Amino acid sequence: MATEHKTAELTELEQFRKDNGLALRDEPQLTTLNLGPTHPATHGIFQNILQMDGEKIMDAVPTIGYIHRAFEKIAERRPFYQITPLTDRMNYCSSPINNMGYHMTVEKLLGITVPKRAQYIRVIMMELARISDHLICNSILGVDSGAFTGFLYVMQEREHIYDIYEEVCGARLTTNMGRIGGMERDLSPKALHLIDEFLKRFPKVWAEFEKMFTRNRIFIDRTTGVGPISAERALNYGFTGPNLRAAGVDYDVRVMNPYSSYEDFEFEIPVGSNGDTYDRFLVRNEEVWQSLKIIEQAYKNLPEGSYHADAPHYYLPPKKEVYTSMEALIYHFKIVMGEIDAPVGEVYHSVEGGNGELGFYLISDGGRTPYRLHFRRPCFIYYQAYTEMIKGGQLADAILTLSSLNVIAGELDA
Amino acid sequence: MELTNENVLGKIISKFGEENIWDAFSPDGIMTITTNRASIIELIQYLREDKELDISFLTTMCGIHYPDFKDKELCVMYQLHSLRHNYRIRIKVFMPATDAVMPTLTNLYSAANWMERETFDFYGVQFTGHPNLTRILNIEEMEYHPMLKQYPLEDQTREDKIDTFFGR
Repeated sequence: MATEHKTAELTELEQFRKDNGLALRDEPQLTTLNLGPTHPATHGIFQNILQMDGEKIMDAVPTIGYIHRAFEKIAERRPFYQITPLTDRMNYCSSPINNMGYHMTVEKLLGITVPKRAQYIRVIMMELARISDHLICNSILGVDSGAFTGFLYVMQEREHIYDIYEEVCGARLTTNMGRIGGMERDLSPKALHLIDEFLKRFPKVWAEFEKMFTRNRIFIDRTTGVGPISAERALNYGFTGPNLRAAGVDYDVRVMNPYSSYEDFEFEIPVGSNGDTYDRFLVRNEEVWQSLKIIEQAYKNLPEGSYHADAPHYYLPPKKEVYTSMEALIYHFKIVMGEIDAPVGEVYHSVEGGNGELGFYLISDGGRTPYRLHFRRPCFIYYQAYTEMIKGGQLADAILTLSSLNVIAGELDA
Repeated sequence: MELTNENVLGKIISKFGEENIWDAFSPDGIMTITTNRASIIELIQYLREDKELDISFLTTMCGIHYPDFKDKELCVMYQLHSLRHNYRIRIKVFMPATDAVMPTLTNLYSAANWMERETFDFYGVQFTGHPNLTRILNIEEMEYHPMLKQYPLEDQTREDKIDTFFGR
């Protein structure tokens, strides 16, 4: 790095200048600065070694892998159900999307068709997860630019979303509501009531949050033109999700490859134009409104019927049935012990995760575990463009760029 | 031209010849073809630059290890996506474990940079021409490539973790 200057060389240089009648100039001294690995503003454990000229960032060397937990390797030893907890811990801000994306991949492999009601419940849960993901990302962006109030204000709403999760499955952060073939249980009257309440209360909160930032002079000055990326570069880097849409490309997996009945709902894809931090903020803001619209439609038109597919070999029966029916007990046992083999095959399935296309590439050799499971993690792709995005900017801008990219360390390192 | 698996395959074969493209099948609707090391970069460049195909988005890339396949133990899989036509394609390249060398894709796709580092880290595939081929998720001091099948998940030398104690 540039800081390793040698005093001897410098004095030689000084001597040379004196001898040749050159004025002593103030050479810009480059500073090496460690941004991270553990710093409140990095939102996770990843390091950036910055090379700075004063406040200006000349170059950056990102280092990741601090919490690499070898999920892909672990997955090769685990029966299909036991991989669900691994996916929870990738993007923990929106774990239902991760879970259900994985379950849908396995369903594709097994050829299970999920009934409409289960699909709609999944849509509701996934969109709630997307709201909570965007909510954290945008409010933390506010914190990083110096506005703490908005964060505290909307955190309450995340609590309400977690209350809904809790009512649906019992867990709050690392959810386990999904099953291969549907949901663990049907939505209870209380869960429906909570969703209804959320739909009534949340728009007001979000409108206020939006008002707090979108026309705030300081916020606009701090985010406009910060960490920009063009549509062409973003595509070359493999960007997806809100970060790509902020650059002006309307690619959304929900629209292009609809899964889980997304084709039934009407919603728009918000698109930005500059690909800077402010645009990413606006796109996420607008996406929350669209998610609300989807939840409302799914909630109103929730079809009657079963909440899981009729696939006893793969669908883990609910505990109530396990205690009362012999078949359920047998299948429960067989599934939990991982005694049921999957067919030979190779599938790729992707869902629109909280921050982009979350893909699962699964190869099965006919055994009880995947032969190979590869996660296409959007964060992994965003963070490699980070260097390019912050070069030439200031340190304070680098912080805002990082939080607007929504890089989650759990997903980055998997 | 509508992009169907047959059309695309026909186009690719007429350009690269049957000796370079083989084993075409579509396990999940996504066409999967196998090619060789010499053609892979040219093929991906062709897919990207051909006006009709316009397959210009690198979705993902990963390595796979098949210890039982003689002389093609290692595989590198590329998955590409045409955002204009919504068409996906998967390309595989097999190679012997003793000669795990691949040309780099970083000149075409910036996204390939870290994906190749990950593949190198996990499987030991050397990407010639890569600007910075170092480990990405594991520590530098690691002496093996952990996703290879010969390294089982648990440390087999440990005696406090005998399988029978855990009912396995």
